[in-house]
Amino acid sequence: MGAGWLSRWPVIRQLKGEDGRGQAARSARTDALRPRVEGADTVARSVCPYCAVGCGQLVYVKDGRVTQIEGDPGSPISRGRLCPKGSASKQLVTHPGRQTTVLYRRPHGTEWEPLDLETAMDMIADRVVRTRRETWQQTHEGQEVRRTLGIAGLGGATLDNEENYLMKKLYTALGAIQVENQARI
Amino acid sequence: MAECHPVGYQWVMEARARGAKVFHIDPRFSRTSATVDRYLAIRAGTDIVLLGALINYVLSNGLDFREYVLAYTNAATLVNRDFRDTEDLDGLFSGFDEETGRYDPSTWAYEGDVPGEEEPVEGGERHAEAAGSDSYGARGAGASATPPSDPTLTDPRCVYQILKRHYSRYTPEMVEELCGIPPELFLELAEAVTANSGRERTTAWVYSVGWTQHSVGVQYIRAAAILQLLLGNMGRPGGGIMALRGHASIQGSTDIPTLFNLLPGYIAMPHAHRHDSLDHYLEQEGADTGWWGNRRAYVVSLLKAWWGDAATEANDYCFDYLPRLTGDHGHYATVMGQIDGTVKGYFVVGENPAVGSANGKAQRLGLANLDWLVVRDLMLVETATFWKDAPEIETGELRTEEIGTEVFFLPAASHVEKEGTFTNTQRLLQWREKALDPPGDCRSDLWFYYHLGKRIRQRLGDDDIDRPARELTWDYPEIGAQRDPDAAAVLREINGTAADGRLLASLRELKPDGSTSCGCWIYCGVYADGVNMAARRTPHTEQGPVALEWGWAWPANRRILYNRASADPQGRPWSERKKYVYWDGAKWTGPDVPDFEEDKAPDYRPPEGAKAEHALAGTDPFIMQSDGRGWLYVPSGLSDGPLPTHYEPHESPVRNALYGQQANPARRTVDRPENPYNPALSPRFPYVYTTSRLTEHHTTGAMSRPLPYLAELQPEAFCEVSREMAEELGLENGAWATIVTARTAIELRVLVTGRVRPLRLNGRTVHQVVMPYHWGYSSGGVITGDIVNDLLPIVLDPNVYIQESKAGTCDVLPGRRPRGSALLDLIERYRDG
Repeated sequence: MGAGWLSRWPVIRQLKGEDGRGQAARSARTDALRPRVEGADTVARSVCPYCAVGCGQLVYVKDGRVTQIEGDPGSPISRGRLCPKGSASKQLVTHPGRQTTVLYRRPHGTEWEPLDLETAMDMIADRVVRTRRETWQQTHEGQEVRRTLGIAGLGGATLDNEENYLMKKLYTALGAIQVENQARI
Repeated sequence: MAECHPVGYQWVMEARARGAKVFHIDPRFSRTSATVDRYLAIRAGTDIVLLGALINYVLSNGLDFREYVLAYTNAATLVNRDFRDTEDLDGLFSGFDEETGRYDPSTWAYEGDVPGEEEPVEGGERHAEAAGSDSYGARGAGASATPPSDPTLTDPRCVYQILKRHYSRYTPEMVEELCGIPPELFLELAEAVTANSGRERTTAWVYSVGWTQHSVGVQYIRAAAILQLLLGNMGRPGGGIMALRGHASIQGSTDIPTLFNLLPGYIAMPHAHRHDSLDHYLEQEGADTGWWGNRRAYVVSLLKAWWGDAATEANDYCFDYLPRLTGDHGHYATVMGQIDGTVKGYFVVGENPAVGSANGKAQRLGLANLDWLVVRDLMLVETATFWKDAPEIETGELRTEEIGTEVFFLPAASHVEKEGTFTNTQRLLQWREKALDPPGDCRSDLWFYYHLGKRIRQRLGDDDIDRPARELTWDYPEIGAQRDPDAAAVLREINGTAADGRLLASLRELKPDGSTSCGCWIYCGVYADGVNMAARRTPHTEQGPVALEWGWAWPANRRILYNRASADPQGRPWSERKKYVYWDGAKWTGPDVPDFEEDKAPDYRPPEGAKAEHALAGTDPFIMQSDGRGWLYVPSGLSDGPLPTHYEPHESPVRNALYGQQANPARRTVDRPENPYNPALSPRFPYVYTTSRLTEHHTTGAMSRPLPYLAELQPEAFCEVSREMAEELGLENGAWATIVTARTAIELRVLVTGRVRPLRLNGRTVHQVVMPYHWGYSSGGVITGDIVNDLLPIVLDPNVYIQESKAGTCDVLPGRRPRGSALLDLIERYRDG
């Protein structure tokens, strides 16, 4: 501490009559504070995942972690604003309760078991192929239908367009018609 | 809107600051009600009475925008002489079959349009079975481009006169009796809406699922459309009917649908009994006039996108590869299939039906009867964990060890860990850049379906059953260590290409001869000239208010649909104040992309036999309709009538004062033991409930309850009741209440306020209970609570199969609900009572 630190102490300055809402509130610590976004390695231009207004978000990343998500001031929709959910979306992607490993529950099982992702993918593919064959309908009431009623899908409405597109394309090619979305219900 | 779309609501507040008068009509008082000029409390399920009374007010006082109505709507069109209105048949239209509960709509047609015996009828029974309205309606199903009309609007069979008769008993007194809105408040609304419409001014309506989730939901929106067309508020700045959709890409999920009855771009899935060839399908699916007359180009281009070189003219472009529908294959039919054991495997992707869908018990009984279930989400949602912690485990209806369902939980990537587009509520596609890789096993749904498809294709045989999957185009570049498929490549496939691989710039380039491919015709142009238009981010400060250079709106980057209607028939702005798109003598111009052929002059008249858009005159702004007109009256395409009519909700404590017909005669019920109903007018269930959302939570809570910030702001499930109701029942603020329906009973904290008000319906008092539905038993939530949707019955709108979530009946008891099997005993007593 250099000489005169006492006289720069905010409490002293304010007691001496300086306005506590101005310079007199500053300390060395506050002078050293930097915004979290300043040191970001990258900024991605994104969109809020909650409601359908489509507010612009800026996603700040440093050292491989999301450090901040803020409203995008350039957006003509939101002009930089976010609601409580949008403002909390950093927590959505970083909170510790988020599940990050595959879990498996065997028939009649009472607990989850761990499962390797690649194995899970193979097991699911096997089940789709088997169930499709077992439930295949070539005709229904004399009409050609070439479909399966044994496999169904339900998607949420936070799916990307590209994701919905591949889902519908694959299901349809497999003959699975019971494909539904939050958009109906 | 302030509650559920808060950032969008800033524009309403700005408009109000500039003098706009804002009304809020809602059964519950929300943050919106607190910030408007006038809040009108309404009984849930009665909006068609209110809208019908506004229509009646406009018509009986001659307040319609006559020049607009004559030129741009079907007001003058003559209707079949065999048509009978609900006024003639005490709440039914002509053509109703009591036995099947379905309408034959042939008498609703325009004069001269009735199909002959050989011609299959559009809409109606078969149509309703396949939930066709969201495709047919959009398409302008078969009606003549130039039907007979009476421009004097005096012929009793013209639409204008039919409307007048149909709504003549929708009076302010009826609004008071059924909605609980006093006449002076109705008149204030009616005067404001009409005074703020016309050449110089426009009025906008904003709605959400409070209008759609009813057994007569489609007709709610239709009622608003009639009012807005009569007042000249469509296709003009400041006008319209805005659907505020509740999820980031729920609009996109409809455009590129994961919906059983649709293919991308509102193209109908083929039906086994109607469509045996591409020609036959195209012939039956809509009219040849209006923009849908081009549908062959859209369907063939889609088939080319999916099956590439395998799709040729000789094999009908693989049209036979599309599986066929035979009826209702919607969500609730699927759940019943699960309970019955026909549905064996189920993918649930970013969705939580165990909490989000009506009659949660039926949902969970279905899940418990599957062979296998794949759940993909950010957290362990209730749909993934039902086998250990569903309410049915507590009651003893299910036992974990007896549930044979094999469950895979695969963690999902979040919105910042993948790239792709959302389509927001204004049809705007916005590309999201990827900020970082997802952690651990988390992957995008794009990754999942792409790699699942690859694995399935490796396991296919060489027979005909596997041919469509074998020949499917499924080659996307893989990026990075996680081998993510390139989302931009998928978007380019959606955009479409010419035979030489060039990315198409406009849907007008699509060809019916197989020389173009396009995954979703309405999205054609999103990658025009190789530029990802959805990724454009010119700040609002550097462009005009229409902001055409931020993202990309379908179709063709048009921001206001049908904007030809913003000019008068001669192409001049209706007024300087409302100037938008207009004819400058050589072309249509303005701050938006004209929703019209750019060089089609206002005086263009179609030659005899013209097809598609060429069959529409230069004065026909509603280009998707076969006659280019806004439809006040819908001659075909709806399964429950050509005009919105008030029916009480399936479960209502109030008798329909307008007709002998109590509820929508064409509504879909599911009459099974898993889905018992409260009888209408039952004294056991005297209260009206409605469900709702809160700012701090999102749908079933999977994206909000695990977040401490949000959980602390709204920690507990509650029901909001009026002081009068609390007094009547002995409910205490902060204490517990048990809500009972024939499905189940749940417990909620009680919030007693003056915001919910008892409604006086001609001397009778009706109490309403408002329940946000964000809670469940798990979801990795730091907060949990009983599931409100468990109370709901499965009863559906007959056009689109959306459940009636927003108006039902219940009983309310002070205190907590019984535990274990005692809960089942309580419900049994109510059902027997």
